[in-house]
Amino acid sequence: MTLLSLAGVKKSYGDKMVLDDVDLAVAPHDVVCLIGASGSGKSTLLRCVNLLEQVDDGVIEFDGQDITDPRVDPRTVRRRMGMVFQAYNLFPHMSVLRNITLAPQIVHTVGQDESRTRAMELLDRFGLADKADARPDQLSGGQQQRVALARALAARPELLLLDEVTSALDPELVGEMLAVLRDLAAEGTTMLLATHEMGFARDVATSVCFLHEGRILEQGPPSQVLVEPREERTRQFLRRVL
Amino acid sequence: MSVSAVELERRRVRRSQSLRRALLATLATVVFFGVVGLLVTSSQGWPVVKRTFFDPHSAVDAFPSVIKGFGLNVVMFLVAEPVILVLGAAVAIVRGTRSAALFPLRVVAVLYTDVFRGIPSILLVFLFALGVPALRLTGVPTSLFWLALIALVVSYGAYVAEVFRAGIESVHPSQVASARALGFSNAQTMRHVVLPQAVRNVVPPLLNDFVSLQKDTALAGAVGVFEALFAARDYANFHFNFTPYVVTAVLFVALTVPLARLTDYLGRRSLGGRLSGVAR
Repeated sequence: MTLLSLAGVKKSYGDKMVLDDVDLAVAPHDVVCLIGASGSGKSTLLRCVNLLEQVDDGVIEFDGQDITDPRVDPRTVRRRMGMVFQAYNLFPHMSVLRNITLAPQIVHTVGQDESRTRAMELLDRFGLADKADARPDQLSGGQQQRVALARALAARPELLLLDEVTSALDPELVGEMLAVLRDLAAEGTTMLLATHEMGFARDVATSVCFLHEGRILEQGPPSQVLVEPREERTRQFLRRVL
Repeated sequence: MSVSAVELERRRVRRSQSLRRALLATLATVVFFGVVGLLVTSSQGWPVVKRTFFDPHSAVDAFPSVIKGFGLNVVMFLVAEPVILVLGAAVAIVRGTRSAALFPLRVVAVLYTDVFRGIPSILLVFLFALGVPALRLTGVPTSLFWLALIALVVSYGAYVAEVFRAGIESVHPSQVASARALGFSNAQTMRHVVLPQAVRNVVPPLLNDFVSLQKDTALAGAVGVFEALFAARDYANFHFNFTPYVVTAVLFVALTVPLARLTDYLGRRSLGGRLSGVAR
């Protein structure tokens, strides 16, 4: 059974081919890691899944529905996915709590009490309960990123998209973010993530995809792709990052 | 708290440095204004200028009618400002909509800003005050005061719409992306994410436009609204003395300076916010 599948997905900006015939399948409870150099198409792939970018060709299916059909309202799709960005993108003019409760309240029409309870639950879990009333700019990068994660999880998404969520963090803050993600994976959260954290990919991923110039050159379990890659390109990439 | 001898010495030096700076500033100011004052008062025409522009008797004599006219300027400003804000924001929001059904409104909004930003405010005052009554429409105000006020609203509304639009565009695209990713509609993104940040960004330029509007209420005098400048001109033409112009100028300065200072203050504060965390 698949939750998300991409078949022959293409995307280019001008002359530059960013995604070139990408096939990918994510089953429920999978943790799929996209690895590859900057500019290899990892972020674009995530943005296409979320319909923030329009694909040039190919089909993306989510829970059996072709979401690249122009008749599909992107909102109905996004409502069922959570996304966390590299630069957190919290709303700077709202409190931490409001950042988390806004979407459940206005998009999912969850009541105020219920959405607050859920937000406090998540903040508590991520060790940020005392920051509920703080403004995002009063928080460290690592704290902001955990708030962004809480915001994405508030509406209980069926799929979590994570775009290099540790890349903007100081090295000592990366660990705490990864620990939170490990927990989520252990609980069975379905995740598709672009990452440079090879240790995390090795320990947590059910499958690893190596992207190079918009193509998935190699995919398989981490024990294969990261340990004994078939492709020379993958070997070169891993030598550089490990 | 005990302080080391080095720090004590540094503090003593800083104190004497700032004393020297204050003295120099005072001296320079006295010399500068002394020289300017001397140049002006020693000029050949000064006695005549003094009599026609700085005559205390005429100032006192004209003051009641000038201040009464100035009341109209203040009322115009106070009525026009909120209307302009609403109009400008509405036009900017309409330009940012995407719904197909709203296309005609977007066309109107673009035409409105293009046309009315391009026409000099004084010309608009003439067109409204002289043209609208000639149409003989029922239900449209014929009072020159209201027509001039509408002209100013229309003219400044176009400017303010562009200020708001710039503010909307200044909100980082990543904010819109993350709102979309949460499933917000366009309207929800605008209302909850973009507009609150846009408004904060445009407060200083908006206040700047309002300083300008305060002065431009004097344009109503051109079509015979008895505001401060018209009252001053009335007096000047009758008594051959221009002192009321200076009185009017002083009143306008007194009105605009507080708003200008507020603009500076808010500008500095938002800059301070943006620089926080950056080494200064």
